[in-house]
Amino acid sequence: MDLLEHEGKALLAAAGFKVPRSRLCTSGADASAAASAFGPVVVKAQIPAGKRGKAGGIRFAQGPAAAAQAAKSLLGSTLLGFPIRRVLVEERLDIARELYAAVTIDTETRGPLILLSLDGGQEVEAGFCGTAPGVRRLPVDILRGLGLDAARQLTMGLNIPDPDALAVFLVGLYGIWREAEATLVEINPLAILADGSLMAADCKVTLDDSARFRHPEQPLTPPERQSECERRGRELGLAYMDLGGTVGVLANGAGLTMTTVDVIAHMGGRAANFLEIGGDAYTKATPALALVLDNPAIKSLVINFCGAYARTDVMVEGVLDAWDKLKPTIPVFFSVHGTGEDAAVRLLRDRLGVKPFDRMEDAVRHAVEAAQ
Amino acid sequence: MILSAKDRVLIWGITGKQASFWTERMIAHGTNVVGGVNPSRAGQTHLGRPVWASGSEAAAHGGGFDTALLFISPAAALGAGRDAIAAGARLVVILTEHIPIHDVMTLHALAREAGARIVGPNTAGLVTPGQAFAGIMPAFNTRVFKPGRMGVISRSGSLGTLVCLNLTRAGLGQSAFIGIGGDPLPGTTTAEALAVFAAHEGTDAVVLLGEIGGRMEEDAARVIETMDKPVVAFLAGRFAPPERRMGHAGAIISGTEGGWESKCGALTEAGAAVVYTPAQIPRALTDLLLTADGPRRAVR
Repeated sequence: MDLLEHEGKALLAAAGFKVPRSRLCTSGADASAAASAFGPVVVKAQIPAGKRGKAGGIRFAQGPAAAAQAAKSLLGSTLLGFPIRRVLVEERLDIARELYAAVTIDTETRGPLILLSLDGGQEVEAGFCGTAPGVRRLPVDILRGLGLDAARQLTMGLNIPDPDALAVFLVGLYGIWREAEATLVEINPLAILADGSLMAADCKVTLDDSARFRHPEQPLTPPERQSECERRGRELGLAYMDLGGTVGVLANGAGLTMTTVDVIAHMGGRAANFLEIGGDAYTKATPALALVLDNPAIKSLVINFCGAYARTDVMVEGVLDAWDKLKPTIPVFFSVHGTGEDAAVRLLRDRLGVKPFDRMEDAVRHAVEAAQ
Repeated sequence: MILSAKDRVLIWGITGKQASFWTERMIAHGTNVVGGVNPSRAGQTHLGRPVWASGSEAAAHGGGFDTALLFISPAAALGAGRDAIAAGARLVVILTEHIPIHDVMTLHALAREAGARIVGPNTAGLVTPGQAFAGIMPAFNTRVFKPGRMGVISRSGSLGTLVCLNLTRAGLGQSAFIGIGGDPLPGTTTAEALAVFAAHEGTDAVVLLGEIGGRMEEDAARVIETMDKPVVAFLAGRFAPPERRMGHAGAIISGTEGGWESKCGALTEAGAAVVYTPAQIPRALTDLLLTADGPRRAVR
């Protein structure tokens, strides 16, 4: 989960990092008051997306009136698909130089990676993998952590006023990354101010959803770009996604569900949704089917089960229970294989009077034709 | 990584409901399950196998093992993996999905120091048809798996099952199934699994089931360039929207990385046949095996 800028900065500030003075604002009056306190300010849209600056989500304001106007024009509008509900009004910094620093995960070493570049700022791609020229990379042994000596190796010889302070900064950044169990902590720009001190002028923090159970203190940003069905799916613990087409999909396992969506497109149709009930979600077929059927755009339905861990008999029984209750009238096409197959096929014959297709491609082809 | 009936498998979390279901089938299928680990049931037997307080306890008291199979919750996975590695596991198969990624990195570091290999996390496991399996694949279902000479590598258990079924129907048995898992930091990569099959005498050709996200398929392409065995690939997620996680933590097109086109291009260039639906796999394999030195191409 991506934190909003102000949430990320709060995390940094709590760990003792210098961040700009700022105020979170929801109105022009708020922004005007903040600018009265700070002097020249930057008004920044709080949305969970990179490249805000280029998209017009970051405005400079000399005084209270300009700050109020910038805030009013941003608030309530939509940027990069996200509604702007809050802006961060921040003191304008006297920046001498913009660096880039990040702690991320290296898929090659399967461990932490520090990235450092003397060229920070808007032009640097958020979360870039660090292969750009001039980027210094330092893999870290997670069992031993990042020591100051190792960090000094990275900052040594850099043409900046205080390389040692930067090394200390990186050690601290790594500490935050570990503590918060983040997958990315990126400071861009990392500002060297006129007085030579370092300040996190902007940041991107991505947390690990799987580690949330250990971090009740972390903010829970409500996902913004979500349909009603997606929101309900999330509540049910189901991976549901609207895809905009007319062929409904219910399958188990991420790989098989993606494949079902692909084969629908390959046959000339378009999937209405992605919904997989793999893993322990395989017992949730009843609410899952209700979710798929709630989409008014669907004209046909593919149910594609291939049981490894997920038992197809349990999934089919769940589907049939939902079918009895909801009595849908759209055409449905089944492909059912793997664990529990015989019992599943019997259930379909006895309760719905249908025989699943031998190959998923045939089930999909019929569903695509029925949707046209 | 190709499991044999001789490999001694110790199962963490063996007493759980799902673990019991699968352990029974593993034993029935020939897997050499030597016992399990559950501190609160230590000293008991379960499914006729001894239950130990820890892997180290097992190893010290006659429960020696080579392969650890983790059937354990996300929060307990780091402890279990640490125990397994400390107790001398050579291979650690981690079925668990949603393990915190910092714990996964720690496990990789521990395994690297001990010289152990991790398969997974979030894998469906390993299958050697007719011999043994460790994990949650229907290896016991003879309509799905049949002994033979096709190697199968998959990031997904459900898709892997479907494809093995298609192969078996076409008369193409499998030498082994290696589940990579759907997480972004797998202990064993697609390229590493390919290298195993490249060197495996019992394997004539390989089916590679990849998906969007990361660059494992691009890395695998470099192994394919050096192989003389045919490789047929299917890549899930061709029509997935960008920046969305498609059910697997690792299945996401992010910025310029992880897209279908790049993977398809790299694999095709390296000489693999990339097919567009799972049903095309057996035919593509047969074509390539019949014309062992013939032109390799994308099958539409």
